[in-house]
Amino acid sequence: MHIQLNGDQRELASPLTISELIDQLALTGRRIAVEVNEEIVPRSQHAETRLSPGDRVEIVHAIGGG
Amino acid sequence: MSADQRQDIPLTVAGRVFSSRLLVGTGKYRDFDETAAAVEASGTELVTVAVRRTNLGQNPDEPNLLDALPTSRYTILPNTAGCYTAKDAVRTCKLARELLDGHNLVKLEVLGDDGTLYPNVVETLKAAETLVNDGFDVMVYTSDDPIVAKELERIGCCAVMPLGSLIGSGHGLLNPATLEIILEHAEVPILVDAGIGTPSDAALAMEMGCAGVLINSAIANARQPVRMAHAMKLAVEAGREAYLAERMPRRASASPSSPFAGRINA
Repeated sequence: MHIQLNGDQRELASPLTISELIDQLALTGRRIAVEVNEEIVPRSQHAETRLSPGDRVEIVHAIGGG
Repeated sequence: MSADQRQDIPLTVAGRVFSSRLLVGTGKYRDFDETAAAVEASGTELVTVAVRRTNLGQNPDEPNLLDALPTSRYTILPNTAGCYTAKDAVRTCKLARELLDGHNLVKLEVLGDDGTLYPNVVETLKAAETLVNDGFDVMVYTSDDPIVAKELERIGCCAVMPLGSLIGSGHGLLNPATLEIILEHAEVPILVDAGIGTPSDAALAMEMGCAGVLINSAIANARQPVRMAHAMKLAVEAGREAYLAERMPRRASASPSSPFAGRINA
């Protein structure tokens, strides 16, 4: 299924939860925040939130800025 | 000490108390080691960070800025730099709050265009209202317009941060007269955000009565950033002390420092 991940189209081999996606991206344990379709998905809900086709997912972190 | 002398009280923003009045941005440094060293030399307790898409498929051991700036030591102030609409700024703040485990202090900036990085005041006002209603403590970057500054205060922003000059320009305080009007009427901390180029700019802002200054480029783009961070620390402290001490009046004519009496030629 197709999702949009950080602005890019991405094909997922199977339906995933957010936790599984983060794991596939080797981001488990990193300081990140996740938004799906412009709504925050709190960390506590990553394991139970299943992605749907066409979802727009943003994964962000903190970088240097003024 | 007489009752009408100015008393030092620490910078307090939305109930958070800071002993340093210098806020430091973390952009434009060579690496996180330099960032951490400059931040330390500045004596700051409040550092800004940006929120950006995570690079996917990169080295999983890539260092993380938040590891270089432990939250036990610094209060992190996520910004909305790069946002041109209220909607994007609000989304960014919500992402930052999630990223920082519910931490609700943010630096709101909504920009007008990428040439001037001048604030889009209309969008800034909209975003400020939404964020305040959502429980954020909003420190807001804005133009040096006294009416807008007052309006942001009325909306409930916990600090108003007018520009001294354009972001990253190093032109210093181009319009001290309007800054003075803002300071005169303010009931929340006023901090100069943007434009500081050198320690004398920072000292001037503090002497005028600003509650603090936010500096990034002037430190990061100095030939020796860590040394400049220390210079800015001293300037902010000196300016604050001078504000409290209250400067001598300006005079039209000279006034000798050595007494006339007892001169050998008298």
